[in-house]
Parts: sequence; structure tokens; C-alpha cells
Amino acid sequence: MPETSAPARRETLRVVGQSPTHHDFVDKVEGTLLYAADWQLPGMLHGKVVRAQVPCARITAIDVSAARAVPGVVAVLTAADVPWNQVVERASGGVAELAVAMPVLAEDRVRYLGEPVALVAAVSPQAAEEAAELIEVDYQDLPGVFDAERALEPGAPLVHDEGNLLVTWTIARGDVDAGMEAADLVVEGIYRTQRVEHAYLEPEAGVGWVDTSGVVTLRVATQVIEHAATIAAILGLPSSRVRVISTYMGGGFGGKEDMTVEPYLALLVWRTRRPVRMVWDRQDSIMASTKRHPFTMRYQTGVRRDGTIVAQTVDIVGDAGAYPYLSARVLFAACALASGPYRVPRVRHRARAVFTNNVPTSAFRGFGAMQVTFAYEQQMDRVAAALGLDPLAVRERNFLAKGDTIPTGERLDTAVAAGECLRRALEALGEPPPPSGPGRRVGRGVAVNMQPYGRTVWFRDQASCWISLEADGSLLLRSGVTDLGGGQAASLAQIASEVLGVPLREIGVHIGDSSLTPPAGGTFATRQLYMSGNAALAAAHELRARLLPVAAELLGAPADQLVFEDGMVREQGTAVGKGVRLAELVAACRSRGVSCAHLGTWHAGTGSFDTAAGQGASFPDYTFGAHAADVEVDMETGQVRVLRYAAAHDVGRAINPLRVEGQIQGGAYQGLGYALGEEIVARDGQPVSTLLADYLLPYSADLPDVRAIIVESDEGKGPFGARGIGEPPIGNPAATIANAVAAATGVRVTQLPITPERLLDAIDLAGGVRGAQERGPGQGVRGTKHGRAVAPRWKEGEAR
Amino acid sequence: MSDAGRQPVTFTVNGARRDAWVFPHESLLDVLRDALGHHEVRYGCGEGVCGTCTVLLDGEAVSACLVLAVQADGCSLLTVRGLADGTEPHPLQASFLRNGAAQCGFCTPGMLLTAYALLQHEQRPSRERIRRELIGNLCRCTGYSRIVDAVEEYADEAIGRADA
Repeated sequence: MPETSAPARRETLRVVGQSPTHHDFVDKVEGTLLYAADWQLPGMLHGKVVRAQVPCARITAIDVSAARAVPGVVAVLTAADVPWNQVVERASGGVAELAVAMPVLAEDRVRYLGEPVALVAAVSPQAAEEAAELIEVDYQDLPGVFDAERALEPGAPLVHDEGNLLVTWTIARGDVDAGMEAADLVVEGIYRTQRVEHAYLEPEAGVGWVDTSGVVTLRVATQVIEHAATIAAILGLPSSRVRVISTYMGGGFGGKEDMTVEPYLALLVWRTRRPVRMVWDRQDSIMASTKRHPFTMRYQTGVRRDGTIVAQTVDIVGDAGAYPYLSARVLFAACALASGPYRVPRVRHRARAVFTNNVPTSAFRGFGAMQVTFAYEQQMDRVAAALGLDPLAVRERNFLAKGDTIPTGERLDTAVAAGECLRRALEALGEPPPPSGPGRRVGRGVAVNMQPYGRTVWFRDQASCWISLEADGSLLLRSGVTDLGGGQAASLAQIASEVLGVPLREIGVHIGDSSLTPPAGGTFATRQLYMSGNAALAAAHELRARLLPVAAELLGAPADQLVFEDGMVREQGTAVGKGVRLAELVAACRSRGVSCAHLGTWHAGTGSFDTAAGQGASFPDYTFGAHAADVEVDMETGQVRVLRYAAAHDVGRAINPLRVEGQIQGGAYQGLGYALGEEIVARDGQPVSTLLADYLLPYSADLPDVRAIIVESDEGKGPFGARGIGEPPIGNPAATIANAVAAATGVRVTQLPITPERLLDAIDLAGGVRGAQERGPGQGVRGTKHGRAVAPRWKEGEAR
Repeated sequence: MSDAGRQPVTFTVNGARRDAWVFPHESLLDVLRDALGHHEVRYGCGEGVCGTCTVLLDGEAVSACLVLAVQADGCSLLTVRGLADGTEPHPLQASFLRNGAAQCGFCTPGMLLTAYALLQHEQRPSRERIRRELIGNLCRCTGYSRIVDAVEEYADEAIGRADA
């Protein structure tokens, strides 16, 4: 079982905190779950997206006549066939970003390689494929821009007429210049992260049809059924005429948060009035689906001799690719979290999202708060090395605590278990092992992170959940939540079972239907346990309160003495099994006109952010975690082998420890792939490969088991004090490995991924193996000199 | 599309005889999914890299996306739905459940079949051996540890059952 550290005094729970393997889990292991591509309807057509083969061009002509002539082809659509051919994403809620429209199908311009240009529907996938290849698009190449910093330079080609700068966020607090001046040391660092792919095992897929009353119905793998409104606008239909049903997904990780197949499927269904299935090839998914933002991050950290941070400046440039998607929000998270779990009294953070002619970037587990961890945790090690201090002591000295003020000006009002997580992770590693042979060095690294859960508060987030106690005492639960595979639906059943005493096997959970389930918002931002969990808890408590007087009457006992357990209500202290069955209670309620169904709605806190001042309300709460690793580096080959790995996160309270541990282990593995191998390599907007074989995902034999440690502070804002855990564990690995490699080799790699080639280059730059040996392990590369402030190397507004 | 060029194939799937008329270029994956309704065999990459379409072909784990349906003519196929005994899950599946060895579940059938094939040949493979055998089955959710735990626990149990 996972290790937990619950406080001594807490509410005793029966179902919450257990790890039942129920609901979707059984279907998955038996192979019976129907995913988005596993659906067939009579007369179903097969849809295909035809994509641009060039990254930046004017479309001068499209000839679809040969494609239309292919036997079995039913429809070929281009931009002219789209009733409303634009999507305007206001990812920040319209607070800060440039309003730029994205066409559903490219009209006169293509802005990235892979941009959808036309659609085909045919009676077989082969016919659709053949027709797609016969569509002739004449392109007139235009100069493109493929580097975000270059895109900010004057005279750079414009990706959009409105400009290349999508958004600039600033967070400013205190007199940073005075802080830097007064610092004993300023440590500088530049960090670069790469473009990566979600690589969920289930490619983007769905089936659509026109249902009764002309309702366009899509059964798709999506994290967000609320896209129904956007799809309706594209079709020129009222929102009530589009229904989106989300299937259980074969992974999402943020990659199914924006629309994928939906608008294309909807257009083909609406035009042909026939069922259509669309499944993206893995290679299309690698080429054209959204990616994680490459960041360039410039840090200056001013510290006192004892390691206390006095000021920090951070400048982040993120490559948004060709269209806005959720970049504005990703860069806000990066800006807000850029100082990590540390007390920094004076900050000046700036984060910009910049258009390029690269494949668009958007949501990906970690959402901007991940990339900055790679930077701020290496800064901490550099500070320690430059001052000759223990990196753990420097962290301990600066950790945030409950009640502290963070860079946005907000006070933290829940527990900060950063220090405990760090101690627990290190404890789990034990003594470092010796190198396995000559020419090899072992090093230990740690990284602590801070990840928000829940949407930024200015969205006034809310979620609803409907429950109904049925005549036989079983429970129906409906929620608009979508399930990525993290047990989002199953945990709602656990929460309802806890409060109402209905056994788990008697709870039916119905999720993810924009027409039939109450809105819960999408599954992203680690928000569903927090939002829908609280909604389910509210619904259950409110229904229980309504049932109590009836149960009290039936039992002749005071209402505050009643227990709901094992499908019964009984008086506290009486034998289990004695009492009134829930079925009898429902009958009694019905005879008294008391409804046994209830809609619960939960509202998150609200607030606003002042973009000019760079201060204000941001996220509802945070999850803190720490990872620790021992690595061995082969100094001749640059090969990094991870020997031991431990990850500890404060989840507030674990609703289902087995699933929580799974999130931690899986998140850490994704982060290790990011650290050591994964990269979508493109040259001038052209991917070098679209094969999964060339994308270096972690496989079963190259990395050690992740020791997952659950820390429980009981102070989260979710149900029963829970905190979200979906995103947090992916954040730490890259910095953990970079710090461990630096400890082993004395060489710091500041660009991801840490490939053998890159590490060897860094070792060569430091004077080769001998140079690194002379300096010895653990010294790191020093940022700047002791005892003197360094003037900031860039100024506000300066183009980069 | 015309049916000219299709040819008949016959194989057994999970013990039952199945017949289909297939084009020479059709993959076993497409035929199993679309013609025969075995949606538990899933498309993940079409390159033979991810292992989600793993089936046992005469006892050997293969990627169904890399096998032509005509190549499977006369063969015996096992999918994950063939592991269970009636309504009772196979003990290996029960071990996956106990150990929380699935998250999104998309890779799970392939994982189960690869592990099952290994355990047909070796009674108690080491943890390292299990990890190496599963190299061809990618999982993006779990970090593999729980899957390996489940395979080990099942193998130990099976030895216990044999000794009893």
C-alpha cells in the first residue's frame, strides 16, 4: 500500500481513503470498455482531414474535382463549406490577450504544417485516403518565422496581421532593483525547454450522427464537452442542437482539452446527414495535434550570503505556434508560478506567448507551471553552489509557509508541506549507491514544486452534480465530468457512498454528456476532484439533510444520531443491520412528497487580477511536492541512468490511495521522458519525423520504479480536505535529473532533453572529462561572481 | 468499393471459428475490429511500436497492425476477451485489478496478452525479465511499476496453486 502520513486527529471515513477497484476499472481490465473509435452505426462514413504540407503559404487554388470522382466518396469540404469559419479563443477570459481568429479550415493562408485545409467523407477509410491524396492545393510560399524570440524582433514575418505577440503578463511586487542592489550575490541562468507531444495511447477519435430533432451528436474522446457551443456556432446552429458525449479516454493529458476531431466530424455529419467516424492516424497526431510550449526562461536570483532570496526577475518567452489555443492561460500560470515554492519578497516576472509558424502549443499536464520548475529548481542549486551551502538548507531557508505572501500578492491560507515532502522523498532514497564502474559517476538531485489546482479565480468556476436515490435504494449520479483515466468518475461514487451509505456496486455514474448531465466544466487544471468532488459532496450532504427527518420519524430516533451505512440508516450505537433500508426510506419519502433527487452546485472562490499592476487573485490553492533521484553518468558516452527515484506530494487527503499513487508514478514517468528523451524536432516548421518509433517515450525497462509517497496535510480545498494530484507529479523530474547530473558531473545542462550528445557537449565545454574531474562532482557551474549585484541584462519592453 | 479481389479467410478467435472476406492489403487489426467486432484490439500507432493491438497468434504475441489478415488464415488467435473463463476474470486480470495496474486502460489488453504469453513459457520470470518482455507495450499513464507488480504477484500465486 502507498505510504501516507495522516495527522493523528481526523474524521473517520469508511469509503474515502480506501482503494476499491470498481466501475470503469473492471471494464478496462476485461477489455470491454468502448472507447471513441469503438463505435459503429449503420451506413457510417469515414472522415479524413486533409492537411497543409507547407508551414507558411498563401493558398492560391484548391482543386477537389479528382477527389470527388473517387468511387465511394460522399463529401469533400473546403473553407467555403464552413458556415462560420472561425474560432476565437479567449483563453484568459479576455483579460489580456490579442483576439486572433483561427479558421476551422484554412481559407487563403496556411500558418503551420498540418493545418486542416479540406475534409473528406467516404464509405471506406481507403476511399477517403485515396480522395485526400487527390486534392490539389496550390501554395505560394511565404517567409515564415519558426523561433519565438526571432518572432519578437522588428521586421520578423507576421504570423497574424494583428501581430506576433499574443500576450504579455507581468507580476511585480516590491522594489526589485533595490533588492538586487542590496543582494550579496545575483545568480543568473538561462533555461530552454523543448516541444513535446502528449502521446496518449488513444489517438484523437470520435463518431458523429444526426439524432432525433436534428441534434448533431458527437461521441468523442474529449476532456471538454462544453465545446458543444463552439461547434454549434461553426455549424450556424443554436447551442441546443449540438450534443457532445465524452467517452472514457485512453489518456488525454491536456491534449484533448481543445477540440480535436469535433468540428471536422460535425461538418461532415451535418453536410452528409449520415453517421461519420473519424480517427486520426498516430502520424497525423504527432504532426498536427497541439504540443507543450517550448520556453526560454531567463532568471536572476538575488540572495544574501546565508542563502535567503531577496529578489528575483524572470523573463519567459513561450512559443505559441500558429494559433492562440490556450497559450494565454499557460503563460499566466508560468508567470504566476515562476518563483516556485519559495518566499521571494521582490519579484518582476514577465511571460510572453509568441506566434510562430510552428505547430500550435496548448494545454499539457503541468500547464506552464512545469517548465518553470526546470528553471527555478536549478537556480536553487546554483545559489547553493555559489555560496558553498547545502542545496537542501537553501531550500529549507526559503520555503513558503502558510500565511506567507506569494508574488501575486495573495496570502497562502492552507498548509505548505514542501519541506515534509522533501524530507520524505530523500528518506525513501536511502544512502546513495557507489558508481558501478570506472568512468562513471553517481549524483543525487532534488526538485520541489508548486502546482495550482482549479481554474484561475476570475473565471468564477462552478460545477454541478445530480444524484437520485432510486426506489430499490441504489443511487444514480450524473455529472458533466469527463474521465481521462484518472478515476474522475469513480471518485465521485466514493464520495457519494461515504455520505449516503450506498454501497459502491449500487451506484450508477453517468458522465460527460452536454445535453443530459449537469455542467461540471472540463477535466483540466487538476480541477475535477476539487470542483466536481465538492459538487458531489454538496449534493450528497444536501440530499442527506432532506432525508434525515423522514428517517428519524421512521426510526423514532433523533436526526443527529443517525448513521448512513451499508444501504441502511440506523441509530448510532445500534447493531449493524438494524435500522431502515434505503429502499424503505425512499418509499416513505415518496409517500410524504419528499423528493429523493437533488442537484448540488459548488462555487469556487472569485477574484480579479490587475494586469497593469501585475497583482491580484490567481489560483484557488496549490499542491506541493518533492522528487529525489540518484543517477549514474557514463562520462565517456554521456549516458544518464536513473538508479533510484522517489516522489512525495501533499494531496491533502487521498480519496483513493491506489489511484493517487498511480497518478504520482505515471506523472513522474512522463516527466522523466521529458527530462531525458522526448522531443518533437522540427526544422523551419517541418517535423523531422512523424513516427512514434522516433519519439522516445519511456518504456518498461529503461527507468526504475518510482517510489510514490502520499503526504496528507488534510488542508486541501477539495472534498474531505483533498488536493488535486493530476498535474503536479510531472513537474519535478526534469529539474531533479538536471540537478542530479550536475551533482555527478559538475556540469549543468540547461536545455532539455538531457540527451547523451548534449551532456557530452556540456562536458567538453567544461574542459572535457579531465576538466570536469578537476572541478570534481557537486560543484555545478556557477552563475556569477560572489558578493556583487549584476545589472539586469534586459529591460521591460526590449524586443528579444 | 467493389468486392472483387476479396478472398476468404478462416481462423479461430478465442476458440470460436470466424470467417471473413478480406482484401489482400487489409491488416488483421482492421479485420478484427471492423469486420469481426473485436474492438478490444486497439489501434495505437500502425507502426508496430506501441503494442496496443497485441494479439496472440498461435500463442505468440504479435502486433495485429503489422499482420495481414490473409497471413492469419488457418491460425488460432487470442484476444484479451478470451482470457476470462466465462464471467470470471482470468487470475492475471484479477491481479491487474488488485494492483491498480490500469489507468486509462487503453494499453491494458496488450499488456495482459504479452504478460500472459511470457508466463506460458516461464513460470517465474524475474522483475527485470518482465520489464524487458513488456518493452513492446507502451503505457503513458502508470509508469509501469504497478503492471510489473501485478504480473509478479500472479506468477507467485500460480506457483502457489501448482504446489498446493
